[in-house]
Amino acid sequence: MNDTPMIEVVNLTKRYAGHTAVRGISFTVGRGEIVGLLGPNGAGKSTTMRILSCFLPATSGTVRVAGLDVFRDSREVRRRIGFMPENNPLYPEMRVREYLKFRARLKGLGWRRSRQRVDVVTEQCGLTDVSKRIIGQLSKGYRQRVGLADALVHEPDLIILDEPTAGLDPHQIRAVRQLIKGLAQQHTVLISTHILPEAEMTCNRMLIMFEGRILAADTPDNLQKLMASNSQIIVEIAAPRLELEECWAQIPEVEQFNVSAVDGDYQRCALTPRNGEDLRARIHLLATQRRWVLRELTRSRHSLEDIYVQVTKPEEDN
Amino acid sequence: MQAFITLVRRELGAYFVSVTGYIIIAAAAFLLGWSFDVLMRGLQSEATSQPLTEIFYDTLMFWIILLLLAPIITMRLFAQEKAAGTFETLMTTPVSDLQVVLAKFTGAFIFFIVMWLPLLPCLWIVQHFGGSPVGLDPGALGATFLGITLIGSVFIAMGCLASAITRTQMVAAMVSLAAGFSLFMASFIPERTGTGASDLQAQVLACFAFRDQMRDFVRGVVDTRPVIFYLALTFFFLFLTLRVLESRRWK
Repeated sequence: MNDTPMIEVVNLTKRYAGHTAVRGISFTVGRGEIVGLLGPNGAGKSTTMRILSCFLPATSGTVRVAGLDVFRDSREVRRRIGFMPENNPLYPEMRVREYLKFRARLKGLGWRRSRQRVDVVTEQCGLTDVSKRIIGQLSKGYRQRVGLADALVHEPDLIILDEPTAGLDPHQIRAVRQLIKGLAQQHTVLISTHILPEAEMTCNRMLIMFEGRILAADTPDNLQKLMASNSQIIVEIAAPRLELEECWAQIPEVEQFNVSAVDGDYQRCALTPRNGEDLRARIHLLATQRRWVLRELTRSRHSLEDIYVQVTKPEEDN
Repeated sequence: MQAFITLVRRELGAYFVSVTGYIIIAAAAFLLGWSFDVLMRGLQSEATSQPLTEIFYDTLMFWIILLLLAPIITMRLFAQEKAAGTFETLMTTPVSDLQVVLAKFTGAFIFFIVMWLPLLPCLWIVQHFGGSPVGLDPGALGATFLGITLIGSVFIAMGCLASAITRTQMVAAMVSLAAGFSLFMASFIPERTGTGASDLQAQVLACFAFRDQMRDFVRGVVDTRPVIFYLALTFFFLFLTLRVLESRRWK
């Protein structure tokens, strides 16, 4: 039973009248993973999540959650999923506790069980102080926690959160992230976001989506390694230009270089090392040997931000 | 069943925690009170053999209440949830479309019945203080409420459908108001056609003569034909509503 992946998406396509939101994507998510679905607005993240949570049908392709088809065993799948849609819609006129209880009952929990679970998730999401307040009067951060508590209340195997930190202030974002990280032990989590550091911090795997396709899928570390091959070393050094160029050409690990004069005797060089090798120590030695003054020596490490921007850049800029 | 009861409770709760519910009930109480006033004046002039319920019906407040307030009761059912996005959270819980439709209908329907309750004390006051010549026959009263229930269920079901096809409450209200008004106006066609209609046409038109059928109810006459017709119409509209909800899943 535990061998079946939590989510299994094969060739999923979703066409709306007039445009295609998701174009034949495939991915799997194993049990206990926290996976981030990353991409700019309109990349097809929300559509994918809506299909996973049985709200929309797929145009073609198969989607399975815990081995169950989302179209044929829709209700059974919904029992196993805790879904928080984009913008976290709630009933503003209800009180927090009342709402959570209503949701627990709706999800088929027994009377006593729903009371227990509401107590647990109220505590877990830090809602104890506001449990008697009306949802419409709560701050956005608290409302987001109510949405999270609702997604958790029936102890689902899979939690799907569509942009859980959108519109929160930094403190609230941190709190929500902590909460999500805490879920990892018992649940599989799929989060969508267009904010990169968020995915970087919370997820152990990322799927980068753009225009309905998955462009990259890997751990944040691996994605960074992937980018390291394109990293650059920036050197600012006081040396005669010709000598300097000759010097770079002699180092086999330097694939490309670009030298430009800055101010005074200083030259600014941008080196592209082969396979992302770190040449800083060698450059330092070289400079001291030749008694050149070294003013700057940095290796530009690409953050995931660069990967994201590069991968999701529109075609014409590439 | 648990989900159904939970949903009905939430629907009813939604009417009573918001101002709308109280405004609707206040409006209904006002209109009923008005018709009560008209009724009192009518009784002052001369003795009548008509049952009280029929005199009340003749004030035509009945139709104003039904035509105006039923759309306002039903407009929020689906449209509000769609506009607020809660439709998504609702439909991603393990409830069936049928449960949702029936629960929404039942919630609105119960509220509709509650809205009519002020009629009872009005009639009781007339009877109690009016003396013996004024008749309040329990049979006629029962038939009147049966009529209110049945015609109400048709209009509520129609409102459900109107609310399900749009995400704007105002549009839902307008559609069901227009549809309800047209349905009501069908009662006046036979007067216009006179003897010009064929037998079949006349029979069909008689089916849709809500005004005359309701008159029978307030007189205490319960005919099974309109009863079945109303039930069939209610099921028809609820079936269409269910179809609209399911259409989301059509490929």
